[in-house]
Amino acid sequence: MATVSLTKLTKRYGNIEIVHGIDLDITDREFIALVGPSGCGKSTTLRMIAGLEEISYGSIEIGGRIVNDLPPRSRNISMVFQSYALYPHMTVRENLGFSLKIAGAAREDMDRRVAEASAILGLDTLLERRPSQLSGGQRQRVAMGRAIVRDPDVFLFDEPLSNLDAKLRTQMRTEIKKLHAKVQSTVIYVTHDQVEAMTLADRIVIMRDGYIEQVGTPDEVFRRPATRFVAGFIGSPPMNLHEATIDDGKMVFATGEKLPLPGQFKANVATGDKVVFGLRPDDIYPTGHGISSGGAADVHQIELPITVTEPLGNETLVFVEFNGTDWVSRMLNPRPLRSGERVAMSLDMSQAHLFAADTGKTLRS
Amino acid sequence: MDENSSARLKRRLLGIVYRIGLFLAMLTICLPGLWIVISSLRPTVEIMAKPPVWIPQEISFDAYVAMFSGIGKGGIPVIEYFRNSLIISVTSTVIAVAIGMAGGYAFARYRFRGKSSVFLGLMLTRTVPGIALSLPLFFLYVRLGIIDTHFGLILAYVALNVPFTIWLIDGFFRQVPKDLAEAAQIDGCTRWQAFWQVEFPLAGPGIASAAIFAFLTCWNEFALASQLTRSVSAKTLPVGLLDYTAEFTIDWRGMCALAVVMIIPALTLTYIVQKHLVGGLTSGAVKG
Repeated sequence: MATVSLTKLTKRYGNIEIVHGIDLDITDREFIALVGPSGCGKSTTLRMIAGLEEISYGSIEIGGRIVNDLPPRSRNISMVFQSYALYPHMTVRENLGFSLKIAGAAREDMDRRVAEASAILGLDTLLERRPSQLSGGQRQRVAMGRAIVRDPDVFLFDEPLSNLDAKLRTQMRTEIKKLHAKVQSTVIYVTHDQVEAMTLADRIVIMRDGYIEQVGTPDEVFRRPATRFVAGFIGSPPMNLHEATIDDGKMVFATGEKLPLPGQFKANVATGDKVVFGLRPDDIYPTGHGISSGGAADVHQIELPITVTEPLGNETLVFVEFNGTDWVSRMLNPRPLRSGERVAMSLDMSQAHLFAADTGKTLRS
Repeated sequence: MDENSSARLKRRLLGIVYRIGLFLAMLTICLPGLWIVISSLRPTVEIMAKPPVWIPQEISFDAYVAMFSGIGKGGIPVIEYFRNSLIISVTSTVIAVAIGMAGGYAFARYRFRGKSSVFLGLMLTRTVPGIALSLPLFFLYVRLGIIDTHFGLILAYVALNVPFTIWLIDGFFRQVPKDLAEAAQIDGCTRWQAFWQVEFPLAGPGIASAAIFAFLTCWNEFALASQLTRSVSAKTLPVGLLDYTAEFTIDWRGMCALAVVMIIPALTLTYIVQKHLVGGLTSGAVKG
């Protein structure tokens, strides 16, 4: 078990810089998710921590020890690959025990630890099979078992669930969470799926173009996104984000439509400022079909035409037209709605977000 | 007759036509081999007969007996030739495969300056017919004093086979996912251990088929060997065939008998590893 510290960690390929000097401190036994769109440098960062990629500048500490130039085997880490990377010519038992065999462990010790790991993951009956005879979920489990057997300081996961179908993914997500509760070790988990990151992690690191946009608990990144990018990336369906200009305490949108400026931002903007207004689907709903977090004074009422509805059973996603585009809203206790129908909508302005249009940074103080 | 039964009849007829076609094709391929075996067992009169005698009238193993009877009784030093062939083929195959593995791995895994030109260069060497090089090679070998030696022929065969083994083994290493070697390194292997524990076993069938091809090339090669060897101490079996030619006559029966002796080991080896060979060829064909 160990802490991990990244200091000014940089990766260059020739003249192209992929990761731009990121700093990150991970505490002992913490579950950290690195999340971002493809090409944001999250996998490269993980591979640098693993020692599979050389670092161009900066340093990596694991358990207080600088490991910059150590080979992967000396870092006491284990890694679960997206492709599982099981050794096809070995049985499940041999796959699990491979690291112990290389380390020259005694036969009994090896058997005991393989048995422990396979008991945790329910692999007991599969030990004599080869990877080709396993289903996707079973392979995934073997890959995790191989990581557990090593009893590492840090677990690294590189998009471990992206090869599974949707149902299995949800199931394995829960298993990973249980596993972390059981083995209690530091985990760094890379994913492009914000739902995975939100559900699993203690803290989320959102990356974009080789920079860290925000580090925070799932609640923090959801409720207080630091940038426009984070606001749009975290949450499903995504936040409604629209550009506006401030004019005398109001936000004027491109089509000339106006909304009142949310009270909490009044002190931070002036007339003429270009901003991006953000409102989550939960905070815009047909009146009477949502939950207002603030007082009645903060809820703005407006009548809008419906373009499309997507019923999900317990709720319906309602797309309404405002400012010339569709805004998605979440309708609880849904009633049937028709396209083209004009409905009264409630906009909970106390939950609104405002970002500077040029820098993308939040205008919250 | 209804539609179904006529369709069934058509399918059956087509099946028969396919089989006949296949039989004719196989016959064309196998006939020369069969002819060699038959010719080694029949008298010269029958071999030379026109029109050809298809069914041998009398069968004798005289040619085989004579072959092993020693000089003067129509014999040739088969054992020595066999030994030379074996030493030269095995040694050059081992070396060519070792170099092929190193080279193939480098081409499959690493990026380096001039990679594609080097690869293209290696492939271009295959376009030069070996016989065109035999005269310069002969002069060079004479100067170096390695003419008519095992070493000289091994060197030539290694050079002949290396581009091919590199190309084939490269394809197989490409098929082994990079992740596996990385996983092995995380599991505690050095780069070297990761190669031998994981990548080598997985590329094994490919390496085996490269070895077979290299071996067969050496075993059957005639043009270079006939130029670069002189004496019993270095001549290989294909060159040994020439022992049956005299100034005015050719002992066709003896030559065929030696050809059969030559074919048997190659055929046995190919038969033993045919599973690997076929599996290896098809799986190597699709580069990932």
